[in-house]
Amino acid sequence: MQEDQDVIREFLVESHENLSRLDQDLVELETHPTDAALLASIFRTIHTIKGTCGFFAFSTLEKITHQAESLLSQLRDGQRELSPSLVSMILETVDATRKVLASIEATGEEGPEPFDDLTERLRLAAQSPAGNERRPGKEKQRASTRKGRAATVPAEPARKARPEEDATKSSAVADANIRVGVVLLDKLMDLVGELVLTRNQILQFNTEREDAALSATSQRLNLITTELQESVMKTRMQPIGMVWNKLPRVVRDMAVALDKQIRLEMDGAETELDRTIIEAIKDPLVHLVRNSCDHGIEAPGVRQRAGKPLQGTLTLRAYHEGGQVNIEIGDDGAGIDVAEVRRLAIEKGLLQSDAAQKLSDREALNLIFQPGFSTAQTVTNVSGRGVGMDVVKSNIEKIGGIVDVFSRPGQGTTVKLKIPLTLAIIPGLVVTSGGERFVIPQVSLLELIRLEGDSSDKHIERVHGAPVYRRRGSLLPIAYLNQVLGLQPAEKAAALNMVVLQAEDRQFGLVVDGINDTQEIVVKPLGKQLKGLTVYAGATIMGDGRVALILDVLGIGQHSGVLSESREQARGAAEQRTRARIDQQRLLLFRAGAFERLVLPLSLVARLEEFPRSSIESAGGCQAVQYRNQILPLVLLENVLEFGGKGAEPAADPVQVVVINDGDRSIGLEVDQILDVAEEEVNVRQSSPRKGLLGSGVVGKRVADFLDLNYVLSAPAGYWFRGQHGSDRGKNVLIAEESPFARGLIRSSLEMAGHRVIEAANLDTAIRALEQRPVDVIVAALDLPPQGSSALRAAMDCRPEWKEIPLLALTESPERLRELAGQAPNFDDCQSERDLDAVLEAVERLASARNAVQVAPLCAGKES
Amino acid sequence: MATDAWTAKTGGPQKSNQFATFFVADLFFGVDVLCVQEVLRSQQMTNVPKAPEVIEGLINLRGQIVTAIDMRRRLELPPRGNGKTPMNMVVRTEDGAVSLLVDEIGDVLDVDSATWERTPESLAGSARELICGVYKLKDRLLLVLDTDKTVEIAAAMGSA
Repeated sequence: MQEDQDVIREFLVESHENLSRLDQDLVELETHPTDAALLASIFRTIHTIKGTCGFFAFSTLEKITHQAESLLSQLRDGQRELSPSLVSMILETVDATRKVLASIEATGEEGPEPFDDLTERLRLAAQSPAGNERRPGKEKQRASTRKGRAATVPAEPARKARPEEDATKSSAVADANIRVGVVLLDKLMDLVGELVLTRNQILQFNTEREDAALSATSQRLNLITTELQESVMKTRMQPIGMVWNKLPRVVRDMAVALDKQIRLEMDGAETELDRTIIEAIKDPLVHLVRNSCDHGIEAPGVRQRAGKPLQGTLTLRAYHEGGQVNIEIGDDGAGIDVAEVRRLAIEKGLLQSDAAQKLSDREALNLIFQPGFSTAQTVTNVSGRGVGMDVVKSNIEKIGGIVDVFSRPGQGTTVKLKIPLTLAIIPGLVVTSGGERFVIPQVSLLELIRLEGDSSDKHIERVHGAPVYRRRGSLLPIAYLNQVLGLQPAEKAAALNMVVLQAEDRQFGLVVDGINDTQEIVVKPLGKQLKGLTVYAGATIMGDGRVALILDVLGIGQHSGVLSESREQARGAAEQRTRARIDQQRLLLFRAGAFERLVLPLSLVARLEEFPRSSIESAGGCQAVQYRNQILPLVLLENVLEFGGKGAEPAADPVQVVVINDGDRSIGLEVDQILDVAEEEVNVRQSSPRKGLLGSGVVGKRVADFLDLNYVLSAPAGYWFRGQHGSDRGKNVLIAEESPFARGLIRSSLEMAGHRVIEAANLDTAIRALEQRPVDVIVAALDLPPQGSSALRAAMDCRPEWKEIPLLALTESPERLRELAGQAPNFDDCQSERDLDAVLEAVERLASARNAVQVAPLCAGKES
Repeated sequence: MATDAWTAKTGGPQKSNQFATFFVADLFFGVDVLCVQEVLRSQQMTNVPKAPEVIEGLINLRGQIVTAIDMRRRLELPPRGNGKTPMNMVVRTEDGAVSLLVDEIGDVLDVDSATWERTPESLAGSARELICGVYKLKDRLLLVLDTDKTVEIAAAMGSA
């Protein structure tokens, strides 16, 4: 209802504006009776009012304007010439329209007056043959019109009618709003920018003096300036709903064209953004929505088979977060098939085939932003021409935004846009080098690193002369700002300050002399003389009134050579990184109680958080904290592992928590200390008899215990898993593998994804498990005792009901994996057992490929 | 406005007969007084590393960031002696205000267009492109500086 009111208000404001223009136009028309553009404009105005009336069911107004419109359309099309009587009739229409609008504004109704007489006259005028109006001979007719105009007879009655109208019923709605040119708003914004700078200078000046009066005045100036800045920013703000408004139509048309059922949900339409940004995201947004309709949401038949509701849902969400606006475009469709993305990337020559296989799923997903990429099977008229996602990405990045895509096969895709609120005033980090100050835009900033001590230089190593830094196991190329800009090198400093920057999709470290602080800066363009310098993005004025240059991160990177490698080389590096990743796992190392080095695969960890101890509350008998609008149950790992020996030690504050989540459920593991993230091969394995541990391995040259996440979570916070096992999207997976350690790791990963797992250690137990329970997918080690996974396959092939069950083979050695890649195998897929992501992905793919086997309810599949 | 005043660039005296004058080394220059926005004492300067040599830096002119061009270097003259601070002559150009760093500011002079003469062919170096005419005053020669060109060529050097 409120919304209706708003729309009506807008209609009133707009109509009042249109009507006053109509008065001018009509008067103008009398002097230029044949001006086609003028006639068209008048026609449009009346037409707009008529259209909107129909929408709100204002029948009287619609009736009047409809008749006037017919008349005007005849005039516009040249079927009829303008006569003074017609002009007065139209002016009368305008007055009648005003009257009705005033009534609508006052009472919400059209008022009692039916205006039948006017309507009838308009109708008659429109119906009467055009010839009646015409004088014989065109010349003469025109002359007469001119004569009429000269005498200003036609305008007379209208003018008499209007003054009273204007005086008594000038619209309150129209008075409360004025239209302001964008140019003026931009000018205001510029002036506020100046004021902000001046304010900064005054504040700085103030700190150097001890003058109470100055101090008080400058404080006040500070407050007013901030408020003014916010208000002026607000004048340029528009709700994102302005852009979203046209999306329902887009979605509807797409749904009809594609024969799909799509429901559009919009959340946060009132979220406001600077108008320049609204303009910039308009097209990318429409493109993303079309993409979701076209590629994301499946046809009803497909959805039915997948057990989803026939109607697909497209969700648009916008919200403010940390000085930025997040916009999410999500669908519950098929998700992006990462394997298909890889295949297409190779087919289109974007990537070498071996490189594609070695990309992580996340990296592969980002291939969709490459120019010339499209996964659509067919090119439709709506999308799939291979231009789009790359344009979306570059458009969003142009305004300092970030695009991210998340996809789960079978469950949908979400594209997330992070966009700055405004462009004119941005947060920046002030650094010094060679005695000069420079500003780095905060959006490019990833982290700050400070290397202390005499050995700080030793942290920087060289690869064939190029400096690099080992940052959490991977090499970060380094540039020295002094060298890039040819400044005086700083005298030997005690510490080395490095700023880690992101340019496009690459990162590098920039060594600076000093890091000062962050500031809101007003970006000013550089003069023409300096435009050629790619290392600067602009300049700004600092608090002390001096000018500081804003660094262009991409330019700095290119200039220093850290980003100058060609794309091929970059790809090669990425390839090497991912090759390493196949043999290795990313592992989180942490300490809890007596366990000095506990390990969890990082793929199972959602986030690492710190909570003040005071924020821990009790919920349902468990300890919990409020976290992202949810209750996060906490598990004190030390207690679960039954090792209370060190319990007397005072609890640390803040509490270190490893957050693990799946969908909307989360749990926090309270640990003593997060040690490290290691990315390496685990080369010694030994299973552990202790509950809660899978076994031990060597991580980072020292022995570490692998946590049995399944045990930890099932014990104290068992409810966490209950809901999950009740859901029916999980599959029954049989893991046949001799090593309980490997079994445990895979089981954890699969159960985290909501699947039910049955374990078997050899062929016999595997067969027995198959006999007892329906199984969707079998994951078996290639070297399963006694005769390998092929024996299991052979045994299964003898039983018709098992014949169809897909088998995923696991191998420990990547060499073997490569060897097997070319052969015709007796399994459906083969993965490295160390790559838990790949195993999970393969299981889900195989399971969904085989819909035939019904999923029987089954309790959590722990064998013993 | 500036372009109107410079219609005579290719030959013939300026329309306006008033010149703001300044010294660079021993040369006596004049620019159309209508092109001059203001004259300032030495300002705090921010260096622009990697910028062409002729660009001395950036100054903050009441919230506006203005590029300063050193006229000595622009005219390929020897550097100013130590301890001598230059003056800013801020001129309007098509691309906004630009400050010219000069040695000393002179008076605003009324000149007689009859005393105008084309730049002698014998002038060498960049000066030849920048000087678009000479007024023969009683005691000395007033060189007319083409500000648009002075600023423009700096841009071309910017990419070097």
